[in-house]
Amino acid sequence: MEEVDVEPTTTPIPGFDSNQKHLGFVWGPGDILVYETIYKASGGSAGGCPFVHEVRKDEDIYSPILRKLFNESHHIFVGLQRIREDLPMYHVSSLELIWNLCEVLFIDAAPAGSLVLHLLDWVRLHKADVDEKAREVLASESPAEHQAYWDVVISYVLQGRMDEARQVLVKQAALQPAARVMFKLLDNLLMKMPIFNPGETQTLTEFDVKWRHWREEVDHCLQDQSFASNRHLEDICKILVGDEDVLLEYKELLSTWYHFLVTRLLFSHPTVKPTELHYYAQVLTTTLYMIQKPLDSILLAAFEFDIHQVIKDCSIALNNWWFVGHLTDLLDHCKLLQSHNLHFGSNLREFLLLEYASGLFTHHSLWQLAVDYFDHCPEFGRVYLELQIERVPLDTERKALKVIRICEQRQMTEQVRSICKIMAKKALRNNRLGSALSWSIRAKDAAFATLISERFLQDYCAKGTFSDLDLIDNLGPAMLLSDRLTFLGKYREFHRLYGEKRFSDAAKLLLSLMTAKIAPHSFWMTLLTDALPLLEQKEVIFSADQTHELMFCLEELTSGKSVPTPDRPMQVLGYTPPYPLSNVCFPFNLLIHCFIICSNLYSCLARG
Amino acid sequence: MFVARSIAADHKDLIHDVSYDFHGRRMATCSSDQSVKVWDKSDNGEWNCTASWKTHSGSVWRVTWAHPEFGQVLASCSFDRTAAVWEEIVGESNDKQRGLSHWIKRTTLVDSRTSVTDVKFAPKHMGLMLTTCSADGVMRVYEAPDVMNLSQWSLQQEISSKLSCSCISWSPSSSRAHAPMIAVGSDDSNTAYSGKVHIYEYIENTRKYAKAENLMTVTDPVHDIAFAPNLGRSFHVLAIATKDVRIFKLIPLRKESAVGSSGPTKLQVQILAQFDNHNSQVWRVSWNISSTLLASSGDDGCVRLWKANYMDNWKCTAILRGDGSPVAGSSSQAAVPSTAGGPQHVLLQASSAGRKKAQLIPG
Repeated sequence: MEEVDVEPTTTPIPGFDSNQKHLGFVWGPGDILVYETIYKASGGSAGGCPFVHEVRKDEDIYSPILRKLFNESHHIFVGLQRIREDLPMYHVSSLELIWNLCEVLFIDAAPAGSLVLHLLDWVRLHKADVDEKAREVLASESPAEHQAYWDVVISYVLQGRMDEARQVLVKQAALQPAARVMFKLLDNLLMKMPIFNPGETQTLTEFDVKWRHWREEVDHCLQDQSFASNRHLEDICKILVGDEDVLLEYKELLSTWYHFLVTRLLFSHPTVKPTELHYYAQVLTTTLYMIQKPLDSILLAAFEFDIHQVIKDCSIALNNWWFVGHLTDLLDHCKLLQSHNLHFGSNLREFLLLEYASGLFTHHSLWQLAVDYFDHCPEFGRVYLELQIERVPLDTERKALKVIRICEQRQMTEQVRSICKIMAKKALRNNRLGSALSWSIRAKDAAFATLISERFLQDYCAKGTFSDLDLIDNLGPAMLLSDRLTFLGKYREFHRLYGEKRFSDAAKLLLSLMTAKIAPHSFWMTLLTDALPLLEQKEVIFSADQTHELMFCLEELTSGKSVPTPDRPMQVLGYTPPYPLSNVCFPFNLLIHCFIICSNLYSCLARG
Repeated sequence: MFVARSIAADHKDLIHDVSYDFHGRRMATCSSDQSVKVWDKSDNGEWNCTASWKTHSGSVWRVTWAHPEFGQVLASCSFDRTAAVWEEIVGESNDKQRGLSHWIKRTTLVDSRTSVTDVKFAPKHMGLMLTTCSADGVMRVYEAPDVMNLSQWSLQQEISSKLSCSCISWSPSSSRAHAPMIAVGSDDSNTAYSGKVHIYEYIENTRKYAKAENLMTVTDPVHDIAFAPNLGRSFHVLAIATKDVRIFKLIPLRKESAVGSSGPTKLQVQILAQFDNHNSQVWRVSWNISSTLLASSGDDGCVRLWKANYMDNWKCTAILRGDGSPVAGSSSQAAVPSTAGGPQHVLLQASSAGRKKAQLIPG
């Protein structure tokens, strides 16, 4: 079968002339920006450039109706991956038509006998105008005289809705008491029309016999000229025996070739087998109707049970990947699709689902639905998800955490790291050190954690206080991420211990920060200065050994290295020096330290 | 497709490049007016210009964003023979209230002796790295060894070819299966040298880029080049803008081993598609984020979108074309979008909230 070819649509871009300028572009999330430009290397001035235009697809995920559809279908999709569910009706008419037909033919797979009835149902679903017209007619003053009266009756007959046809016919019968017998006869024939009932024990053959018998009866009436006086009644009779010429006369009422097809089958071959369908469809389309719209080819392909052709035509003709993706998925589930081998090994279903889900990803809230679709694409779903989930804008911490959770659930560690890093960078840029630190910890980014810890320490030196105490106090094992971070945590702990007057614990910690080389050398001066108030305490806090170590540290510090003076105020430790240390120059500062340490040492020694 | 919104770009001369940031919430435009503008998208979809500054002393050809892991960083390249790296500094509080930000220059790359025609950042897994190419045929690879210090960039490698270069594309694959690759296109009309696309691969041993392939079938000047997102494939897909649109498949021919490989991977080159619908020179090609669509722009003033179906048959699915109405008035547009408006257009008013479609009065 020839491939359906659809011409590409042309979208006009306002305010510029294709003959004079080029159209520059850049892809965005879900749209494409275009602007006028000139692609020549000379770059001469060519006048101002007014506009950049945002161009989007028409049918869209921005439509609230479609959004609802997407949400519903997502729900179904996810359920379908587990169990098959009854599919609700969709309100987009062509898609519905195709979908329902596929259901009838492929999913329900009705056998001969039921097939025609299912097809009748399908036709009725999509010809709601008949009921509307009927309502109008019946509501009128004199229904039998309404100009659409006979249209309604005949339409009902064409749809195999004999009961309704009879009900409407009664109105006419009432108007023509003289023709009572004739109307009764037709009413009888309509009532007796055999309808295959799959539930009964009647076999197809038995039904066929019954049906032929009835048909002969109707034909007999026709030959008898029983309805000769009323053209309409005679037409109905002729329809009942499947008279094609009469059917053709009512082409307008049938309106489509597939209605014609089903009606014809009802009255000529009600026991048609699925495998015979395409023959009748072909004959119809080649002799009576012209296949014009892509929709027609798709339906025809369905009647031919050519599933792949259906999907192929759908994917070309329909711009909406939702439909094709879901249809394919549905058929795949019923094991009706055989995978084509694509060059990268994926199958058609996955290809379409990937397309569909990618389209959803650009929407600010629908992207979460897309995640489930990617999850169910075993071959490429993960890599597509990895690529696209990184692009979700991290507008708020909450949103970032949501994205991270999705990544963590799928062990997408690189994406988690990347998102955390981006958030850390953003926080740092906005001077939110606590947030930056917690994001770097989450990103397990040691280098960045070091950088931020440095900033904390610098801030402390400048202001004398720590910010984000809660965070630093509760680092826990995360402290071990980087040396500088460990130091920050421990240094803060020292301050806490001092504040709680647990001086010997504080002293031990302070010392270990230097001896265990946790503290950077640049900070040692500060630490030694922190030791001063401890040394000044009345009770001895530093033991002899500890004091030795303190001296040793001091020596190490002063041996040829230039160390910055501590300039942070001492008030934080509750120590008010009798002399302003900051005014004292470097070597003298150190001398004081030495003196205090030594005096402590001597007092230790003195006490033994 | 339809035009959802029109933004008064307000450059005083032609725009040469527009670039979205990684998350699609910011955009940068650069122009022959020597400036770069940065735009931020608000929650209701409106674009606001948050920065506008002079970046070069010549036309600015391209502008591109670094990955947000490195912060808010832009690179630009210009006719003035330089490329520059810019970083956004969070401004003073009153600036913030006015919605403005400042960008400062972190470095100027002055090695080129001719117009720098393209600048592109490497994929983030390679660190903070970028490549420039120049009209005299030199491609340069730079790296900032300390990602926290954007002022320090070192020139890693210079590769000279005899052909003027117009465009660069990095292979986006972060898979360990692929060594980093750069494709460079040449718009040189010199027919003595055929093969206007060179592909370079990073060799672990030498820590340098070596030429892996020269696409000999591309003999006409190349104006743009773009690797498609890799998506777990074992091969690469490369789109080229030349006298037509071409899509190549590059298949690595032997398994690469990171250690011990002394030369670049052999690549088998196949052509996947070729379109001459533009009927003229094609100037730009670019893939959308999920690599399901390729867009091209040509001398015919159109942008065309291309798509492959599941059998890998490519088709043009949409065309964007100027509607023929002339450019609105002179370039003296008002600075603030809400008051601008040429005779042919009504712009989206900046103050009207929630409106997503621009109302356009036909000319």
